[in-house]
This record gives sequence, C-alpha cells and structure tokens, in this order.
Amino acid sequence: MTQYQKTEEIIDDNFGGEFERTPVPNSKLKGWKSFLGMYAGEHAAGTEFMIGPLFLAAGASLKDLIFGLLIGNILAILTWRYIVAPIAVSSKFTLYYQLEKIAGKHLVKVYNVVNGVLFCFLAGAMITVSASAVGVPFDISFSIPESIFGLSSGAFSLIVIIVGLVMTIVAAAGYNTVSKFANIAAPWMIVVFAVCGISALTQMKVDSWDSLLLEWDKGVSIVQSVNGKVDFDFWKIVIFSWLCNAAMHFGMSDLSIMRFAKDTRAGWGPSIGMFLGHYMAWICASFMLAAQIKLTGDVSANPGAMAWSVVGWTGIICVIVAGWTTANPTIYRAGLAFQSLFSSKAKSYLGVILAGLVATAAAIFPSLSGKLLDFVGLYGAILGPMGGVIFVNHHLAKKMGFTKNYAEVKEIGFNGAVLLAWLIPVTLAMYFIFGQGLFPAYAVIPAWIASCLLYVMIMKFQKS
Amino acid sequence: MKILKIVSVLSISVLILLVSIFLFLGIMNISTVKILMLVGTIIWFVVTPFWMKEE
Repeated sequence: MTQYQKTEEIIDDNFGGEFERTPVPNSKLKGWKSFLGMYAGEHAAGTEFMIGPLFLAAGASLKDLIFGLLIGNILAILTWRYIVAPIAVSSKFTLYYQLEKIAGKHLVKVYNVVNGVLFCFLAGAMITVSASAVGVPFDISFSIPESIFGLSSGAFSLIVIIVGLVMTIVAAAGYNTVSKFANIAAPWMIVVFAVCGISALTQMKVDSWDSLLLEWDKGVSIVQSVNGKVDFDFWKIVIFSWLCNAAMHFGMSDLSIMRFAKDTRAGWGPSIGMFLGHYMAWICASFMLAAQIKLTGDVSANPGAMAWSVVGWTGIICVIVAGWTTANPTIYRAGLAFQSLFSSKAKSYLGVILAGLVATAAAIFPSLSGKLLDFVGLYGAILGPMGGVIFVNHHLAKKMGFTKNYAEVKEIGFNGAVLLAWLIPVTLAMYFIFGQGLFPAYAVIPAWIASCLLYVMIMKFQKS
Repeated sequence: MKILKIVSVLSISVLILLVSIFLFLGIMNISTVKILMLVGTIIWFVVTPFWMKEE
C-alpha cells in the first residue's frame, strides 16, 4: 500500500466517503460514462409533465419547439462541459465548500437558506403534479386560479396536504429507500414518457407531419381563445431550455456532482439526460395537452388527468412516481440547507421536516406550478450569479492580481465583495422581472456576467 | 439474474413501448393497450429490484 493509498483511506474514514471538505481522491473518481446514466435519471422528472404542456399553453409553434429545444439543450450541455467541468475537475470541491473558501462560512449560510427556499418551491410544484394524479381515481381535478395565491378546490388542497406530508415524512425517514426506488423507476419512467406521446398522437388521429402541425395549431388557437393571446417564440424557447437548469451549470451547483469526474469529458454527462427529459419528455407531454384539447376542449394542464387519458393507470403511477422521486431529494437538499438554522444539538431531520412543510404550503397554490416556466428562470437568475463569482475566482483571480479563495486566505467568515457581486445583479434582475415584466430566463446571463464583472472590480478596488 | 434482466427489459419494451406502437398503427385498441401497459409496469417493479440491487 502506497502512502497515497493510506492517505485516501484516512480521508475516507474521516469524511464518510463524501469528501465534503477535501478534494475527492483519485481512487473515487469516475469515468465520464458514469455521468451519462446518472444524469439520465435526474432530468426525467415530475416537472417535465408540467413544463411540456405549458409550451403549447404559452402559444409556442411546434417547429419552434422542436428546433428551439434542440439548440437550447445543446447550449446547456456545452455550458456544463466548458464552464462547470473544468472547475469541478480542477478543484474537486462541492459548491458549498468552494463558496465557503471564497465567501466565508456565514455568507454561505445565507446562500444555503435562499437555495433551500427555492428548492421548496420546486418540490412544491412536484407535490402538485403528484397530487393531480392521486386525485384522478377520486374524480378530483384541480383548476389553476388566476391569482398566484388562489386555492383550487378544498378536496384538491386536502390531497396536496396528504401527499406533501407523506413525502416529507418519507424524505426525513427513508431518503435512501426512495433514492433506490428512483433508480429502479428511471428507465420505466422514460419509456412511459415516450408512450404518453405516442398514445396522444393516436388520440389526435395524427398520420402525417402536416396533420400534427394542424392539430397543434388548433390546440394553440383554442388555448389562446380562452387564456388570451401570448407569444413564446423560437429564441424564448432556446433561452428557456438553455437556462432552466442555470442554477446547476452557470450557478455551479453541479460542482458537487462533477467533482467525482476523472476528466472534463464528464461535462458531456448531461447530454443523454437532457435529450430524454428536456426534449423527448417535454414534447411528448405537450402532445398530451394537444390531445386533451382535441378530445374535450379542456385547456388546463393537469398532468394526472392527461396521463390517465392517454395511458390509464400506468400514466397515473408514472406521474405520482415522477413527482415523488424528484420531490424526495429536493426536499432533502432543502432540509440540509435549513439545518444550518438550527443548533448543532437539534435533531438531524428537523431541517427536512421544515422544508417539507414549506414545500407542502407552496403546493397548495396551484398557480405556482402553472408558472413553472417563470419559476425555473427566476431560480437561475437568483442562484446563477454566485456561479459567476466562482468562475472569476477560479480563472481570473491570479491573472487579475487579487487573492484567490479570499475568505479562506484572510480567515474571514463574511466576504462583502461576494455579497455585493451577488446581490446587485440579483436585485436588478428582480426589478426587471417583477417591475418590468421581463421573462425571468432572459435575466440569467446578464446577471451572471454582471456578477463576474462586479466581483473583479470590487476585488481590484479592495486591493488598491 | 440474466433471465430476470431479460424479463424486465421485455416488460417495458414489449408490454409498454411496442403495444403503444401497435395502438398508433391501429392494430390494438386503447383499452387493451392500457391493461397491457399496467401488466408491464407491475412486472418491471416486481422483477427489476432483484437484479438492479445486485448491480
């Protein structure tokens, strides 16, 4: 046994094999192909059942959707490959530890709580999706009220509360069991996503590309006659599909995953998952709404009812499982973020319980899931800029002549430069999104670039 | 384990994917397809844990 192997074993023993505060040792690194399978399951989630139909409801043309998603997904994969992977492979740290080195442990706590709250809203949308399927056998469907904090029927709210509480308890008590179940379900789920699309095409009696375009356009015009005219053009689709995971790539959240990579080719890891989940699944899910509109004239995107209509019980099970298996880790991650709010003596499941309750409260308002296209953009606009700081710290600190990993070197718990470089772009983004009606995904890249520039300027100014 | 793996693969490729193509081609009706898909789903979740746990 070499000294290096001994050191690795010591690290393993001390840190439970997670290497949260040390670089991942060489023996634990994985080849790039391992990341293909891991991401394939991650991107076929419950929210795909919700996001897909929203494109049709938002008035996107089918051609724009097919080509826009293609380009957007390619751009997202390139971002993982050329922005995240080089930093992850070089530093081999989690996002949180990397941030702690730059921003200080107190600022990381602030970031964690913001991250946790956003995770809760995402998990809330997944609870709504699962509840929509649970309600189908009881003939309870949900309507999306106009007001953001409007409620659906009392019966649906009750189902949401029950589903949310069950998910919360399971996330707190049996996270690993659901995680294993998610691995078993993933291949089946991807096939069910595909057959939902095929069955929807059959229901629409589509037999050619032209007839599909005709049915799609009819669906869009019926939705717009009910909801009013809106536009979701080609570039909006490209930007949305590129940046809906901005927190993971531009925001560097996936440093925590890719730190296990042997080389930067791991950055290609999300490619299969993105095209299964954010291409095939979205398009198939959008066909379900088109079929529902043709058959019933109902324009509401209710994942449970749509899946029931096209593939019966298999669809119901798939919507519940897809929502559950993705809400589970989301609630768990949010819980870990909240855990820092409690004293070190507090029970380790308190954070998860708090996260589950917040997620359930969010799920009671179905408008939040109906605004998922906006929410995921908002999520990227808030968390993405912190990735800009990490990018500058890694690539430019030495070249520009300021201290790399400033908080660690100066032994401070709160780096004000990072706070300003994060807060100023996010505040401006929020102003344009909520004050001027900007589509949230459009704010992600300007906020990220602004964060990079601000961090360089503040650090240079501080040094001078 | 190999046989179980084959059963799993067949359950989703034949009883779920292939029957949906038959539905599209008009060879099967929707109610038969829905039943077969449910059977495929049950087989997948009963059989797959045995070999996936091993792997």
